[in-house]
Amino acid sequence: MAEPLIELKDIYKIYHMGDEEVRANDGITLTIYKGEFVAIVGKSGSGKSTLMNIIGALDVPTEGSYYLGGEDVSDMSDDQLAVIRNKMIGFIFQQYNLLPKLNLLENVELPLLYAGVGREERRERAMESLEKVGLKEKWRNMPNQLSGGQQQRVSIARALAGDPSLILADEPTGALDSRTSREVLDFLKKINEEGNTIVMITHDNSIAVEAKRVVRIYDGKINFDGDVKDYAAIL
Amino acid sequence: MRSFLTMLGIIIGVASVIILVSIVNGYMSSVVESFSSMGVNRISVRLTNLSSRSVDVDEMYSFYDEHKDLFAQMSPSVSVSAVVKKGEDSLDYTSVGGYSEEYLDIMGYELESGRNISYADIAARNKVCVVGYYVASELFGGPQEALNQTVKVNGYAFTIVGVAERQDEDELEEGGTDDFLWMPYSIATKLSRSADITSYTFATITTDNTDTCKTEIENYLYEVYKDEDLYDVTANSELLDSLNEQIAMMSGMLGGIAGISLLVAGVGVMNIMLVSVTERTREIGIRKSLGAKRGTIMQQFVIEAAVTSSIGGIIGIILGAIVTQVAGNLIGITATPTPVAVIISFSVSVGIGLIFGYMPANRAAKLNPIDALRSD
Repeated sequence: MAEPLIELKDIYKIYHMGDEEVRANDGITLTIYKGEFVAIVGKSGSGKSTLMNIIGALDVPTEGSYYLGGEDVSDMSDDQLAVIRNKMIGFIFQQYNLLPKLNLLENVELPLLYAGVGREERRERAMESLEKVGLKEKWRNMPNQLSGGQQQRVSIARALAGDPSLILADEPTGALDSRTSREVLDFLKKINEEGNTIVMITHDNSIAVEAKRVVRIYDGKINFDGDVKDYAAIL
Repeated sequence: MRSFLTMLGIIIGVASVIILVSIVNGYMSSVVESFSSMGVNRISVRLTNLSSRSVDVDEMYSFYDEHKDLFAQMSPSVSVSAVVKKGEDSLDYTSVGGYSEEYLDIMGYELESGRNISYADIAARNKVCVVGYYVASELFGGPQEALNQTVKVNGYAFTIVGVAERQDEDELEEGGTDDFLWMPYSIATKLSRSADITSYTFATITTDNTDTCKTEIENYLYEVYKDEDLYDVTANSELLDSLNEQIAMMSGMLGGIAGISLLVAGVGVMNIMLVSVTERTREIGIRKSLGAKRGTIMQQFVIEAAVTSSIGGIIGIILGAIVTQVAGNLIGITATPTPVAVIISFSVSVGIGLIFGYMPANRAAKLNPIDALRSD
């Protein structure tokens, strides 16, 4: 099998709310290999968002170790995490999270800017990325001039621009109607076939079954991990 | 709009610093100018000559010649108590004195007609004189008519060779600025029945170094007299100095008040930046998720604050310059913004932007990306 990209070992994330102890992640061990398309599914409050934050290097676990591309991310500083996010991870958010005051090109350029890529190359790569999502002609537009589906495609372009090892999609279709959801999902499948590793977080089983592998989180623990066909069978 | 309001605070602050300082400076230089016409560049020297220790005219002249770099003119002054007569007409209050040919320049007077007393007149002890406009018009009916006429001073006949321009435009009065008669100092000593000249007037080249000039004279005199009580050196500028001091104090005080408004503007910058950070929490979260480090976010906000306050500063300088000119014209003084005021107020405004922008920027930089992304 391919080499592992994500290796989570005994991940605990524990919050204290007053006297109460909340175990958002309660001993999660998970390995994701390069080229996979994994859906992490769970109800709200199951701990899937906490897991996404840890996988996305937005947060560090209370306990356990997390290797991303062979590097130990579990107790990095803020700035080190920023570098990891920049180089290794492309985010796709439910709310697109484009910067409203920048045009499409500038939005897509951002990760490259933070990576310290020079102006010319930045432009070129951002344009290429926009071309992949079919919005090259609109590069001058502002995000609010686009439909929701188009905006999500820009955010995919932005996620791809830095050529990351991992595409992390947090409810990528959550704000879209079923037709544009389909479009976005097909697009994610397409880039997965091109070799990108995708981890998609969702609460929606009908979306989760679009992935190749499904991991279900329940009460902070993994209670299903297997091929999508097996998952579809238990639904 | 909002950043304009922020800028407005800086604009008003910078402009008021420039306006106040410039107008006070303009006022000061106009005061200095009017004092200059009253002879701030003059230093008068009074001596008490003893038989053992004395300074005579020739010695004073050689001192003056050695210090041509400091002094523009010098004249002995011998006052004569005398009545000026022409036939039966007499002027009792005319100030009569003996001076050198440079005295006209020291006083800054021009001649209305005729010529000045010359060095030859002094050397030959000619009985010639330059009279004031009042004397000429009172005794002869006008400056032209008075030329080459004769007046009697204490019984000696003096030929009027020149008439000075009228000084007092408002009125010609007995004992006023136009009521004088100047003769060569060499002949004046004869009239005053004392060969001992004890009074001199120096004019310095600039008013900037009157202190140095005064000290130079004092040092020279001390060497001769070895006793400070035997001479007295007074610079007219001393009065001006104390005035300057007061104006500088006022200028500093007003500048300080204007500076407070700059400080208030700084608090305004901080307030707006804090609002901006809160409003842009989500943006900060997005940027952080894309790999912006703390320093990068910090930089962005600090630069924004600095740019806002620099633009405000520049507009403030322009506005200040314009208002200064207009106000200067209204008051009737030449007020130009001083480079110092411009530089200081600009750097203070940028500095304020940086200092007050730092705290909000720091807050932005420390935001947790998860919380930041979750906010609306």
